[in-house]
Amino acid sequence: MAEDYLVKVQNLKKYYEVSKGMFKQKTIIRAVDDVSFSIKRGETYALVGESGCGKSTTGKTILGLTDATAGEIYFQGKDITKISYSDMRKLRKDFQMIFQDPYASLNPKKTVREILMEPLRIHKKFEGKEREKKIHEILEIVGLSKSHLHRYPHEFSGGQRQRIGIARAVILQPDFIIADEPVSALDVSVQSQVINLMLDLQKEFGLTYLFISHDLSVIEHMTDRVAVMYLGKIVEVAETEELFENPKHPYTQALISAVPVAHPREERKRIILKGDVPSPANPPKGCPFHTRCPFAMDICSEKAPEEVFFTDGHKATCHLYTNSKEEIKDVIRNS
Amino acid sequence: MAESILEIKDLKIQFQNGKHIVQPIREVSFQIKAGQTVGIVGESGSGKSVTSLAVMGLLPDRISSIPSGEILFDGKELTKLKEKEWRKIRGNEISMIFQEPMTSLNPVFTIGQQLSEPLKRHRQLSNKEQKAAIIKVLKQVGIPRPEQIIHEYPHQLSGGMRQRVMISMALLCEPKLMIADEPTTALDVTIQAQILSLLKKITSKKDRSLMLITHDLGVVAEMCDWVVVMYAGVIVESAEVNELFDRPLHPYTRGLIQSLPSNNERKSKLYAIQGQVPKPEQVKQGCIFANRCPLAMEKCFQESPPAFQEDGHLSKCWLQSSDEGVVR
Repeated sequence: MAEDYLVKVQNLKKYYEVSKGMFKQKTIIRAVDDVSFSIKRGETYALVGESGCGKSTTGKTILGLTDATAGEIYFQGKDITKISYSDMRKLRKDFQMIFQDPYASLNPKKTVREILMEPLRIHKKFEGKEREKKIHEILEIVGLSKSHLHRYPHEFSGGQRQRIGIARAVILQPDFIIADEPVSALDVSVQSQVINLMLDLQKEFGLTYLFISHDLSVIEHMTDRVAVMYLGKIVEVAETEELFENPKHPYTQALISAVPVAHPREERKRIILKGDVPSPANPPKGCPFHTRCPFAMDICSEKAPEEVFFTDGHKATCHLYTNSKEEIKDVIRNS
Repeated sequence: MAESILEIKDLKIQFQNGKHIVQPIREVSFQIKAGQTVGIVGESGSGKSVTSLAVMGLLPDRISSIPSGEILFDGKELTKLKEKEWRKIRGNEISMIFQEPMTSLNPVFTIGQQLSEPLKRHRQLSNKEQKAAIIKVLKQVGIPRPEQIIHEYPHQLSGGMRQRVMISMALLCEPKLMIADEPTTALDVTIQAQILSLLKKITSKKDRSLMLITHDLGVVAEMCDWVVVMYAGVIVESAEVNELFDRPLHPYTRGLIQSLPSNNERKSKLYAIQGQVPKPEQVKQGCIFANRCPLAMEKCFQESPPAFQEDGHLSKCWLQSSDEGVVR
């Protein structure tokens, strides 16, 4: 069983301490709070949620860009939270990241050639001539050409920069790529070009993606499984089609219903959530969602719900389903 | 037929960039009728924000100029107004909701102080009346405990709340026209749904007109009565909202609608418009969209197309003059 999974995250926690002044107690922000999931080889796994829900922190912690407070991360069966710095460095060539902002993630003082050469040099891959050849190849694949080699990032448009960022991530031929909101800074017409590129690369190199995004229509289009996060916790996991057809958790239902319609005549029953996401420094007791949940019951503010399993690996963390399931369905239908 | 509150005729805007002159707005004409919500759609660099700044009289004085065209607001010509006259209109008859609620509120003043500013300028009210008016408008946009909020600073509020404060500020003087420049782009989906339903509620009352600038066709489908599609400083298509989604005429509009992930089969290749929006200085002759257009003909590269019109549905494309214009 375990071999099916390329990445396995268990009880991952990432807490940040915030100092409030000399004599005051430090507050602890639970950015990621006890998250477990596993990603199969070759699939695209999505983390979705609103800003501040901990999806980006999860991605960064898996890559080791910040240290986990607790928990284990297995990559190809090895726990990477426990290995030494130099071993980790060697492993880095197998997992890479595509960042959100193509304007901030490329060094403005380096040419495209230097940007793409750096990973090859650090990981001592190939020799002189071959490196050049590799760079040309990869540029071709992402839809740029040799003529771009000696240009600087500011000479490119947003979409082209994101292509460079993708080329940099793919050039070492990693197994696993974390893409943190790779298209949200791009225009609609360019966004679809970049999504197509990512789909093509996945087919060509057999990549596994962790796709972090808040855009549900993109997620519905290109991912295989989705985990919905809220306030540092995963509230629902399901295969993409199943999740969009049959969302169980009230938060997922609200998220999906909040997506704007595709045609003005399309009518959608909308669940509008009240209020904002509570601060992760002071999360509500019990179920973290109960302050905004339209179906909140007494138990929700007292006890944190446990995972409830449905068919085909679909699971949700909600009290609505822990008791007698039939009864609850009526509650949702009648409301 | 309802009277038009805003009418823009053949507007051109130029910027002085060092020794060069660039023209981000080539030719823009459209109108907004009283009570209507008009969406202006386009990608970044299409000139939609510059158009809105021109309507607000907020173009930078020294480097920009309007060589020709008129902006008629309520029958008044705006392009030649002096700064003093502008101040009577801005925030009073036309008001604006900006994209970034983080940067458009002043961090060193409380919410109450900032909201009293338009009232001080445009209305003669006593302090008590001012406070009452502010609390009333804050309640209207759904801010809880407004009596306390007016003593708080912007950093104490969340993004959604700040956007509500921005909307309440735009509402204060009961303007005839509101301009919202990407009002929900910086917000999360669930907060976006809240703000859109609030804007809908506000515009449904009285004769409020809204000019909604966005790049998100979903937001347009939700909110607007009429849509104007802009590309590289030109209006390429304009139509009633249902008509536009049912029967898009311009290849650019068709491309935009087709490239929405929800209009493509899952996991399949998304429809993509090739290339990028040209920079204002790059376009020389012919149709501005010709280099990216899948249906471009020879004529497209030589002559720029006029606006073809049919039952109010306007499209700037040579396809309309030939039989091929029939939408498949």
